[in-house]
Amino acid sequence: MLESLILSLTVFALAMFIGYTVITKVPPTLHTPLMSGTNAISGVVIVGALVAAGMTDSGLSQWLATGAVVLATINVVGGFLVTDRMLRMFRRRERPDAGK
Amino acid sequence: MSDQDYINLINGSYLVAAVLFIVGLMLLRTPATARNGNRLSALAMLIAASVTLVDRNIVEYEFIIGGVVVGTVIGVLMARTVQMTAMPQMVALFNAFGGGASALLAGSEFIRLVDAGHVDEDVGATVMLGTAIGALTLTGSLVAGGKLVGWVSQNPILFPGRNLVSGLIGVLIVAMGVFLVVDPIDNELIFGVLVALALLLGILLVTPIGGADMPVVVALFNSYSGLAAAATGFALDNNILIIAGALVGASGLILTRIMTRAMNRSLINVMFGGFGASGTEVVGVGGEVRPYRSVQPQDAAMMLAYASSVIFVPGYGLAVAQAQHELRSLADLLQARGVDVKYAIHPVAGRMPGHMNVLLAEADVPYDQLYDLDQINRDFDQTDVAVVVGANDVVNPAARDREGSPIYGMPILNVDHAQSVIVLKRSMASGFAGIDNDLFYLDRTSMLFGDAKQSVSALVSEVEDL
Repeated sequence: MLESLILSLTVFALAMFIGYTVITKVPPTLHTPLMSGTNAISGVVIVGALVAAGMTDSGLSQWLATGAVVLATINVVGGFLVTDRMLRMFRRRERPDAGK
Repeated sequence: MSDQDYINLINGSYLVAAVLFIVGLMLLRTPATARNGNRLSALAMLIAASVTLVDRNIVEYEFIIGGVVVGTVIGVLMARTVQMTAMPQMVALFNAFGGGASALLAGSEFIRLVDAGHVDEDVGATVMLGTAIGALTLTGSLVAGGKLVGWVSQNPILFPGRNLVSGLIGVLIVAMGVFLVVDPIDNELIFGVLVALALLLGILLVTPIGGADMPVVVALFNSYSGLAAAATGFALDNNILIIAGALVGASGLILTRIMTRAMNRSLINVMFGGFGASGTEVVGVGGEVRPYRSVQPQDAAMMLAYASSVIFVPGYGLAVAQAQHELRSLADLLQARGVDVKYAIHPVAGRMPGHMNVLLAEADVPYDQLYDLDQINRDFDQTDVAVVVGANDVVNPAARDREGSPIYGMPILNVDHAQSVIVLKRSMASGFAGIDNDLFYLDRTSMLFGDAKQSVSALVSEVEDL
């Protein structure tokens, strides 16, 4: 089992480096959408929660997993929607005399 | 299809999702491409979640459907109704949910394995990690959100020996975690106590931190919510949780560092310094009354209308007064007269990283007129009028010149380098940090007193009449 943990840690370390490289290029003006967008991405635990909530097993385990499904779904749905709402508002400069 | 085929299908879809998450984040490089980036990430999540449903371990769907429906309704309602000024507490709440979801999932996995009679040691260790980080992120973020809304006192809540108490609880959590890794069976009670202690630790870590430092705390818990997901991914041996968790973890850490730099603080100092306690120190001027010049909207409007370049410096006071739209109207009028208009945004201008930019975007200010600290600081020397609206500490020259000031060393906007300065402010009261601002007493500075919205509206109508 230690073997798989080391493999997982390898994936984790590489992903951290990719994250660092990619995120440093995000301009300050987009830092709030970045945070709400990553909120949505951290809702990825929904993937594990779906399986855990679907195994018919001990009652408590299933209820906890269902709670995780609810919270993660809020993050995913709410996070992506509110990020889109913000990004829709970012506009480039119009021609100075356009329609004003 | 054999079981292995299903597993390959699921893992293959996770690979696709991971790539799409990364490309989605890469597209956040510019505001023009950002919206597609966000859609790509959403698509990645949809793929990962849908394909997961073919997992052969899933035998009943009632709980899944119920959970997804409830979560979707709440998520849609929150995303639709939230005010842009309330984004910081919304993100804090989402951080809390992210941490909570990880903790619940890790806990669920632990109980399932205990019931099955065996928990591998490495799985046990990562379960403890995911549970503890998730639980403290849950309560810590809730307290941070409460401070942002004002439900929890903005002042640091300090009691003697608080760091010792937090430290002891931390040690206790680690000790219990180790114990549970070695002897997991029939020790659910100890697991429950571990969860309770982690929840308590989250509260204890955030209550001593002042309201002004919440942007740092929110960014830090953003990171934690990702790390909790990654830790849970270790326990479940699930790559997409690990990759997505690491991306979020890295993002939060970068934002935390940007915010602490912008405040000239270290993370340790934010977490344990208790800075911002009310009435601790008023530095510089010992109570003497210093002369300043106040100005009427009519004269201020003249200065603006006949300038060739103007820089607006918005602070959170602008958002509180909801004066963004009026400010945009003023900028439009000035531009129509041929004035070069820019906005200078300090990293801590809002209540979270990039908050002010969103508020101005909402008021239809084009994003290519918004400049951050490094881009604009040299421009002040060639600027006729700098207009400060609802900002204070981030334009205080003491941070640059007055050694010994509590904010000394904090990067500021060099507003005092402009030919003349107009400061829109309610009164001469000091800012968040409780420090007097030398800028207000300069010869080139004119104070325009009043509510920001009314003052800007008055400027708009005066400029229109010229």
